[in-house]
Amino acid sequence: MSAIVGAESIHEHAESHEHHHVSQNFWQKYIFSEDHKVIAKQYLITGIIWAVIGISMSVIFRIQLGMPDSNLSWLKPVLGQWISDSGKLDPNFYLALVTMHGTIMVFFVLTAGLSGTFSNFLIPLQIGARDMASGFMNMLSYWFFFLASIIMFGSIFLQTGPAAGGWVIYPPLSALPEAHPGSGMGMTLWLTSMAFFIVSQLLGGINYITTVINLRTRGMSFDRLPLTIWAFLITAVLGLISFPVLLSSVLLLIMDRHFGTSFYLSDIYINGEALPNVGGSPILFQHLFWFLGHPEVYIVLLPGLGITSEVIATNARKPIFGYRAMIASMLGIAFLAFIVWAHHMFVTGMNPFLGSVFMFLTLIIAVPSAVKGFNYITTLWRGNIVFTPGMLFSIGLVSLFVSGGLTGIILGNSALDIQLHDTYFVVAHFHLVMGAASAFGLFAGVYHWFPKMFGRMMNPTLGQLHFWLSFIGIYMVFIPMHYVGIAGFPRRYYQFTSYDFTHKFMDMNMFISIAAIFSFLAQFIFLWNFFYSIFKGKKAPKNPWRSNTLEWTTPVNVGHGNWEGEIPAVYRWSYDYSKPGAKEDFIPQNVPYSQTLESNLPHENELIATEKEIEAQNFNDQFKTAH
Amino acid sequence: MEDVQQLKMDKEPQETLSMDPVKFILWLFLVTIVMLFASQSSAYLVRRAEGNWLEFQMPTIFWYSTVVLLASSITMHWAYIMAKKDEIKRLKLAISITFALGLLFLAMQFQGWKDLVEMNVYFVGNPSGSFFYVFTGLHGFHIISGLIVLVFALFASFKLKANVKNLRQIQICTTYWHFLDLLWVYLFVFLLTFN
Repeated sequence: MSAIVGAESIHEHAESHEHHHVSQNFWQKYIFSEDHKVIAKQYLITGIIWAVIGISMSVIFRIQLGMPDSNLSWLKPVLGQWISDSGKLDPNFYLALVTMHGTIMVFFVLTAGLSGTFSNFLIPLQIGARDMASGFMNMLSYWFFFLASIIMFGSIFLQTGPAAGGWVIYPPLSALPEAHPGSGMGMTLWLTSMAFFIVSQLLGGINYITTVINLRTRGMSFDRLPLTIWAFLITAVLGLISFPVLLSSVLLLIMDRHFGTSFYLSDIYINGEALPNVGGSPILFQHLFWFLGHPEVYIVLLPGLGITSEVIATNARKPIFGYRAMIASMLGIAFLAFIVWAHHMFVTGMNPFLGSVFMFLTLIIAVPSAVKGFNYITTLWRGNIVFTPGMLFSIGLVSLFVSGGLTGIILGNSALDIQLHDTYFVVAHFHLVMGAASAFGLFAGVYHWFPKMFGRMMNPTLGQLHFWLSFIGIYMVFIPMHYVGIAGFPRRYYQFTSYDFTHKFMDMNMFISIAAIFSFLAQFIFLWNFFYSIFKGKKAPKNPWRSNTLEWTTPVNVGHGNWEGEIPAVYRWSYDYSKPGAKEDFIPQNVPYSQTLESNLPHENELIATEKEIEAQNFNDQFKTAH
Repeated sequence: MEDVQQLKMDKEPQETLSMDPVKFILWLFLVTIVMLFASQSSAYLVRRAEGNWLEFQMPTIFWYSTVVLLASSITMHWAYIMAKKDEIKRLKLAISITFALGLLFLAMQFQGWKDLVEMNVYFVGNPSGSFFYVFTGLHGFHIISGLIVLVFALFASFKLKANVKNLRQIQICTTYWHFLDLLWVYLFVFLLTFN
């Protein structure tokens, strides 16, 4: 045995020697990098830029909704022709803003920005791998996303405006150029951009799954994986199954738009003249779209939940409550995600019996979601809570997830949905449960792993200030919005000044808008903190949060290949916090049970015998065994 | 280098999971293609159930093209066996035949489209016809990608010694080609059943 180990280490030395000599120029190192950490940062920075654009758009249309009489001439330098001479926002551009806000936030920020950043960054670091299974595919994934970003960004500057049929691009609005100025070139660019985006997500997702399954280090069995990795794995599987379906629906839409087929179009009259399209079904598109669209909600949310599990356990200094229940509930949510899509279509005239089936399945999602909610709260219960900004945002996520989820139970009822469909109640619901909650997950992740990403600390006081202002701001925006929705305000309307019933809610609308602007301004604290800390932040220690997972065993400034020397083996799960009898209140995953005899439970003493076996296993080191 | 690793693998216990990541990536890629066609099939069925559906007889040439593609699968498998036995000459021959059969299949599919046009079934028109063109077109597109993979495998076979890495390339190519074959059989039966 020792001879083999000796051979290994000599071999390894030769290899690492070789690796230090591969000189990378600026382009290989920072631009077309195949290093998962650089790609993660590229995703993060791109995501932040998109978030600023996307949220700015929402502020513009919130001003229009809350203060319909205000003079927007001051926006003329930015929006140009979209502001009329009397200082009014162009109604067509209003629709385009709503559409682009949805598209950008759902796909470019909370899918690519969140999954792309943390799956890339944490998967190899937490499972003990040198890099992703295919660095090249990973790089391609980012650059396809970048290409999609450029095309989508370009579409904003079209003379006719970007796509304006809503982020769900229902035909015939999206299929006919006559339907709206944005349905011409704007929609074409939207579809092109999204096709590249899907390719990017598939390349990324395939890589994540392969890496998690094949490149775990010695001893990292599935029941020792941190919950973050479970969440990223399940997210990637969801994407792998649902994005091809979006591609499929987009493909048929492109056929309808450019080749004259009638998949989604039938019996349409424009100015009294019938179009040649016969036999299509617009509802078909909705079925295909929501088969992606609903899993997409969980693609957005699950990474945030995974990050929260990790951050809450670390900062409550307690093992996560119900580790297996957490995995089971994520699997349950993922499974249910594929069989509930029609609850977005209760009012399309579907068979009421079918409606009750989908209602039943939808309401079942409350069960695994509640399991997760309870597990977070019970993990916090009697913990020695450390209120780092990451922890605050994680607790905030739990709060938003619960309060947004509750209204989901109301909306899931097919009868109640008749009243609430396409009102601001829906808008408030999904902004809380998937928008704000996932954004909080993103913030929690950034605050928590910033030291690992950039080797420096963010300012905690500014982080806490950022949390409280955002937390209060988000609730000030979305709680009143539920009332506006129950009152019957439909979403995507340009203004509400011409109806009697809307008059008495005008000040509430104004309040929502002011709260939205307030929350938007609070994000600049984060932006400043983030960019300032990259260059000037306090130097980070190796394990600032005293955490158990493997990424904190790497050097402060992680080099290519993540670990100097060999990859650590794993002997225990990642949640051994405050273990009775232990010297410290945390025992990292790479500490064997034979070194912690004072805190071992009886069954853990038995595991000491297996340590030799784990150590004897292959290193599974990509740098040595070129895959 | 590869050989050394192989030897060591025999002596040591199993690693955490001993699956080849590249092959695994291929299988996940196949999952996405399956989902693409599964969604198309379900769209087809949902649309067909709504009525106003043009029914037409599938041109007979699609029967023949199916046979051609099945034959190409057999030659592909022959190539795989030859690669394992290190018989480079026959390997080259087998891959070349597979490639030629693939091209013939594409030509026959194109002829099938022409026959459809003669039957007054057009791409633009009743969705039943449009779907037929989309199904065959999408599959044809994947066949083209399969042909590109075949070209790479052919290049690999020209390297004198079929080592482990080259064998893996042939393996991946074989898996993909069999998959495309199977996919066509599925589409063929599907279109035949629900015309």
